[in-house]
Amino acid sequence: MSTAIAGAGLEAYYRLRDATAGRPAADAHDREGYAAYDDPAFQANFVVSGADGTREAALLLDGVRCSACVWLNEQVIQRLPGVAAVSINYATRRAQVRWDPERLALSEILAAVGRIGYRAFPYDRARADAVYQSERRTALWRLFVAGFGMMQVMMYAAPTYIAGDEGGMPPDVEALMRWASLALTVPVVGYSARPFLLGAWRDFKARRAGMDVPVALGILVAFVASVWATLRGSGEVYFDSVTMFVFLLLAGRYLEFEARHRAGAALAHLGRLVPAQAERLREFPGPVETERVAVAALRPGDFVLVRPGERVPADGTVAQGEGALNESLLTGESRAVAKRPGSRVIGGSISISAPFVVRVERVGEDTVLAAIGRLVERAMTERHRLVELADRYAHWFVLGVLLIAAVVAAAWALMAPDRALWIAVAVLVVTCPCALSLATPVALTVATGELARRGLVVTRGHAVEALARATDVVFDKTGTLTYGELRVAAVRALGAIPLERCEALAQAIESSSEHPIGRALLRHAGAGQVAVEGAVTSDPGRGIAGTVEGVRYRLGGRAYCAEVAGPPNDAHDAVDTSATVVYLAAEGAWLARFELADTLKPGATALVRRLEAMGKRVHLLSGDGAGAVHAAAAALGIHAVRAEAEPAAKQAYVNALQKSGAIVAMVGDGVNDAPVLAQANVSVALGTGAELTQTGADAVLLSGDPSALVEAFDLARRAMNVIRQNLAWAAVYNLVAVPAAAAGLVTPWMAGIGMSGSSLAVVLNALRLRRGSGTAVPG
Amino acid sequence: MDVLYLLIPLSVVLVFVIGVVFWFALRSGQFDDLEAPGFKILLDDDNPREKSDV
Repeated sequence: MSTAIAGAGLEAYYRLRDATAGRPAADAHDREGYAAYDDPAFQANFVVSGADGTREAALLLDGVRCSACVWLNEQVIQRLPGVAAVSINYATRRAQVRWDPERLALSEILAAVGRIGYRAFPYDRARADAVYQSERRTALWRLFVAGFGMMQVMMYAAPTYIAGDEGGMPPDVEALMRWASLALTVPVVGYSARPFLLGAWRDFKARRAGMDVPVALGILVAFVASVWATLRGSGEVYFDSVTMFVFLLLAGRYLEFEARHRAGAALAHLGRLVPAQAERLREFPGPVETERVAVAALRPGDFVLVRPGERVPADGTVAQGEGALNESLLTGESRAVAKRPGSRVIGGSISISAPFVVRVERVGEDTVLAAIGRLVERAMTERHRLVELADRYAHWFVLGVLLIAAVVAAAWALMAPDRALWIAVAVLVVTCPCALSLATPVALTVATGELARRGLVVTRGHAVEALARATDVVFDKTGTLTYGELRVAAVRALGAIPLERCEALAQAIESSSEHPIGRALLRHAGAGQVAVEGAVTSDPGRGIAGTVEGVRYRLGGRAYCAEVAGPPNDAHDAVDTSATVVYLAAEGAWLARFELADTLKPGATALVRRLEAMGKRVHLLSGDGAGAVHAAAAALGIHAVRAEAEPAAKQAYVNALQKSGAIVAMVGDGVNDAPVLAQANVSVALGTGAELTQTGADAVLLSGDPSALVEAFDLARRAMNVIRQNLAWAAVYNLVAVPAAAAGLVTPWMAGIGMSGSSLAVVLNALRLRRGSGTAVPG
Repeated sequence: MDVLYLLIPLSVVLVFVIGVVFWFALRSGQFDDLEAPGFKILLDDDNPREKSDV
């Protein structure tokens, strides 16, 4: 059955495509031309291998001008033997194709697309930008033609309205004005209104009833009837209504187009951080001789030089150089991260202070950034359930409108034949399926883009809706609210040496340490201006000792330091007994005490409080020991706590909540707890670096800062409110406007203003979601 | 009143002329970026490297 429908539809599309989609690319028929794409080395840049032996490629489709084109391409690719999945994003023209390399070569897919008159390229952002730019220019030009035509036609119409029917104006002048209006309306209908007319034509061919159908019908009927009246020299003309209607509709579409692009840009921005070129060292270690190569040409094992202010081109480890890297664009953490030889670096981060030599380990599609890019891509191709629902309703809505218009025309033809045509036009024009077909997707798109701007990438279509409806927020693991690593919680100077000096000394001694305590001290604020001399001796499990400016210092436990500093007294005791304590001592003197603890992230308490203020219940599930978990929960003010929970127990807990009617949002690190994340209605992963590549969560918080969650919940709630308002508005508007138009109370120009005003209103209402987001435009 | 027979066709021609002017403006990229140029005068170009790779 479905094959039969698809067959008929495809055929219809072929007829249409021959007329409109332009020439098939001249060289597209030749499979030889695509053979180069089968080269594995070339594919490395845009193809990833799946776990089950399939491969997945990102392609840019050229020539896609409508959603029907998307549908056709999906059908054609899907039918090739060996294609596992294909999805095409209309907004970005990006196609994700997954296929079995055993049964099909990539070049065959490209050739199949070429045969139906489109072209597919490896996805390339420069090309995607060029497509956007030209579309934007065309849209602006259509808008301008319609706007200027509208204004001038209005100038000709105004005197006629003022003079009235009593013949205040000489008939030949009036005829002249009508002809002038006609001359200006022709480009408006013939050029500016083309998207609506073509859309309606496609819908008609595919036997669908899209929202363009009544619009195009209204425009055409009003235009043709006005032309007829002009030619005959008698009857009503409505050129002013036609031009105004087209202009206002285009204005609404333009706003929607820009909103969609902006949201796409906010997401795409994340995938654009990798520079195009890198400086590769000819040999390392050795003399610094570099060559500039394309990042795509880098291979694991290469050494690249990253100068201050430049971006790291790929994932790898630092081979030489010590300094700070800014990973904020990736993680949202604005503080620079210290890196030294051996540290891992992520492609896309910026070197702040020092030149680094980085040993490349992962390139192209294997990098963390590429993984984020794929998440983003999945987010953009995923179709929202609400949108699909709205599309289905819009279909029936439009059919209903056409039926009503026909009935109204027939009824009025019996009562008042001279008015029947214009009343039918008014009915066609005044109805507005826009809240269904336009407002819901715009609201969701804007919300998704705004969330991305705040660092939350939504990767599943239902996430926004579920976030808005969530009644319970479950934090999985303490690590989502704490740093999950030791931090210096308190420092106290015990001797004569000032605190800053003690911190500097401790950092100098620990400068090459990989021990958790040493790293915690190094992360601690305060830069070490002193350097350790000679070797550092470490006494595993007790502490380490090093020489700074001729003085031997010890850093370690109480007993270890007491060996040189003498017996401790009560003042040396730690305040917080649960903390790990480290002392700094020299010969005969206690110098400082460092208390280390797993500290709560700043804002964690405020987050819990604000979530509760929003009416959501907050839970904490953790596999950690009861003591630590209850202490954290008490500090946070969370009452529903479950410690020492196994994954199965967590899942049962969430399930029990859901059975009692709760809608559960799960916040975790997204890696180990796949079952419980899947059980929750919506899951948010706090991503940091490498784990992102394997996350299955519905949304990823790139910043790792949970306080952004409050904004996310708030934004999701506002987005759903906007959708509800739009639907309510559409219902009220149509219930009032359609009967009024059918009763003959609405002239075509009123209908035009009503309909386009209504669609503008819903788009502008959706754009309110951007409020307060500032003008941070990604570069 | 007779002048209307000249002025009305003239106004139509004028609209087309203005349309052509706008078309050239559009083609030359004047409307491609409506946000950044406004900020440009406020920013000093003291970090050209950062600019080039973003």
